[in-house]
Amino acid sequence: MSEIDEGLRSELQRQGIWVTSMQELYNWGRKNSIWPLQFGLACCAIEMIATAASRYDIARFGGEVFRPSPRQADLMIVAGTVTKKMAPQVVRLYNQMPDPKYVISMGACAISGGPFKTGYNVLKGIDRYIPVDVYIPGCPPRPEALLHAFMELQRKIDSQKLTGSEKATHLDSTQPSEFPVPSFGAHDLEPPANPDVFQPPKIERT
Amino acid sequence: MESLEQIKARAEAAVPGAKIDIVANPGPSQQSSLLIDNEHAVAVAKLLRDDPALRFDFCSNVTGVDWLDRTVKKTVKVKKVVDGVEKDVDETTEEKLPGYLEAVYHFYSMTHKHGPVIIRMRTADRADGARLSSLTPIYRSAEFQEREIFDLYGVRFDGHPDLRRILMWDEFVDYPMRKDYREPDDYEYEPTPHDDVLEKAKQHYSPRPQLDGAENITAQQQ
Amino acid sequence: MSATIQTLEPAAEQPTRLPPQMTSRLDGELLEVSMGPQHPSTHGVFRMNVALEGEIVRKLKPVFGYLHRNHEKIGENTSYLGSMPYTDRLDYFCSMTNNWAYALSVEKLAGIEVPERAEYLRVILAELTRLQNHASLLGFLLSDMGAWGTPLMYAFREREKILDLFESLSGSRMMCDYMRFGGCRVDAGVDWMKLAKKIVDFFPRFLDEFENLIVENEILIARTQEVGKLSAELAINAGITGPMLRACGVNYDIRKVDGYGFYPRFKFRVPLGEHGDTYDRLMMRVLEMRESIGILKQAFEQIPAGPVMNPKVKIRAFRPPVGEAYGRIEGPKGELGFYLISDGGTNPYRYRVRPPSFINLTVLEDLCLGHTVADVMVILGSVDIVMGEVDR
Repeated sequence: MSEIDEGLRSELQRQGIWVTSMQELYNWGRKNSIWPLQFGLACCAIEMIATAASRYDIARFGGEVFRPSPRQADLMIVAGTVTKKMAPQVVRLYNQMPDPKYVISMGACAISGGPFKTGYNVLKGIDRYIPVDVYIPGCPPRPEALLHAFMELQRKIDSQKLTGSEKATHLDSTQPSEFPVPSFGAHDLEPPANPDVFQPPKIERT
Repeated sequence: MESLEQIKARAEAAVPGAKIDIVANPGPSQQSSLLIDNEHAVAVAKLLRDDPALRFDFCSNVTGVDWLDRTVKKTVKVKKVVDGVEKDVDETTEEKLPGYLEAVYHFYSMTHKHGPVIIRMRTADRADGARLSSLTPIYRSAEFQEREIFDLYGVRFDGHPDLRRILMWDEFVDYPMRKDYREPDDYEYEPTPHDDVLEKAKQHYSPRPQLDGAENITAQQQ
Repeated sequence: MSATIQTLEPAAEQPTRLPPQMTSRLDGELLEVSMGPQHPSTHGVFRMNVALEGEIVRKLKPVFGYLHRNHEKIGENTSYLGSMPYTDRLDYFCSMTNNWAYALSVEKLAGIEVPERAEYLRVILAELTRLQNHASLLGFLLSDMGAWGTPLMYAFREREKILDLFESLSGSRMMCDYMRFGGCRVDAGVDWMKLAKKIVDFFPRFLDEFENLIVENEILIARTQEVGKLSAELAINAGITGPMLRACGVNYDIRKVDGYGFYPRFKFRVPLGEHGDTYDRLMMRVLEMRESIGILKQAFEQIPAGPVMNPKVKIRAFRPPVGEAYGRIEGPKGELGFYLISDGGTNPYRYRVRPPSFINLTVLEDLCLGHTVADVMVILGSVDIVMGEVDR
């Protein structure tokens, strides 16, 4: 599973022998068959559909198989405003997805609440409860931006390690695969954020 | 369409005991409304719907409005003897007006294609007395909208078939559209430059050491 | 291993008759199913709690609020102009008509005149919005019915062309934020008009193609005719508006009744249905698209030159006089209204949206009772909801 010497590889290729490593094969297969969860929340979901539809055609990147069931999906595109009423459902859907699973936080609302941040029922970013791999800004992001995020995710999958101390989180048994679902409280969700996942960013003051 | 005065006269004749006032609209839209007392609202609405000349069969919009307690300052000229001379002296009295919640209904007629007629109902106060009679038995379209007013304003509609929270979850206890509602503080980190939002974010961080005077920079006054 | 033989005879001491609640266990028990908020054909995060007897719907209660993002509260805490971009996100298919409804209400509130060219531009953009909304609705509806993919691809192909027009005019595909109180933000150039004319001229070909696919399609007829019938009396009483009302045969189109904008200057017919079933609701959209094309062609011919913004309106430091106003337009989904109360300040005291798709859902239970679960999705699709507007 160690890295192959590039010179040796090209030499062998000239002889008609294709050499690859387990890790490359595994990542190549994963990154080209990402099945997203067919799951839209708000305006961004329409741009997600537009990305899957005729003009932008996400099938070019192997991501057109939108699955209605989280049990069959690899990627959750959080497309739109996550309200406090919806947040437990989103976390539950994430928990139901099998490993390895990835999350794209699409649009300003899913990142931070966006224009609706001051709303009393709006969650200020889905990363308060589940880990996010790629963030796309925009309100809503254009289909090209979603495709860009998709390619970034593919790049990330391509670089993940199968062994060693830096191996991918889904292969590390110490890393959690499910996260606690918040419950409805009298004034707010309880807890308002999962401290294991979300820490407010430290502002460096010099 | 008949004028509001005619509709008022018609309703008062048909529904004995109904107290109807015209709430004038000072704006350019010319949409004045009828204020109907709580007990006779259902009967008046039924009349508006069924009277062949009116036929307001379409209840378009139902909404709540919150009016807080307010104090009104009144200045009255009083004659007083000051230093042996009678003078007119301004005397201001403060009058406290209790707040109330209001439900506003917009009716149109699909039969005669006229409208709108706007009716309002007011609750006794903003606490336990926040009750109104529901118009859902007369207009089905009020069903979800009255539930929404109950959810967001806390007005209880007597006679509503299914009065539950509609937009917020059932365990929620506040009425968020009221003017004195304060949302929970979850602004640990706040990059947007709104003044009050920055104020909230500041409470989560220690004050910045005085170095370059940047902490004195505030949003520009408009 | 020895098998034990079980006897079906009841034991002697047991009562021979089961208690009444037990007798109905297998033949009439209602099964409660929660459909949504994550469901491929609920058009977002809509949820229904359905009680089923076998496949038949016996009860249905919609559950709202999964996209309640406090539009009205934010509207009361921001300036009049600041609410305009938020209206784009109400019904995110039809940002132009949302803009118009809000602008119309503020114009009523403050008594503002709109220049002639701006009114024509508004009509053009509203009708283009209607075209793309109805086209995508048909795509989604057929997708729900099992025609997965193809009709939606056709519809989105046409929609993209109209979105290109919006983008070149306003700078954004979906969230246009184009109209202002007293006019429109920017003027449309000659090239834009040419392109728009070309797209509108081409649109009937898409409609012909689409109608060929659906109008006499046997599966579509079997799935939609006599499904989800709505009577005119109930529709009026429940406040149903838009194509859903006209499918029941009620002639009520706010473009004709109120005559807002310059609609009285255009010749167009209001299509009416006969049966009020899902098929009529579907066809209503196809016929309305044909009428919209007619309006657009007239508007392209009539549009005068001139300013697009009333210069007297100070939109940034905007303070309307004390009062209230309710303005409404015929949106693609029904009557979209804005109710504003001004206390003379920079923010509205009360800002209320009358959402057509929310109120059209009042009769969802009546439409679905007695039909199968599979029909619920078709009926819901024909109501044409967008969650951003239902929950606001």
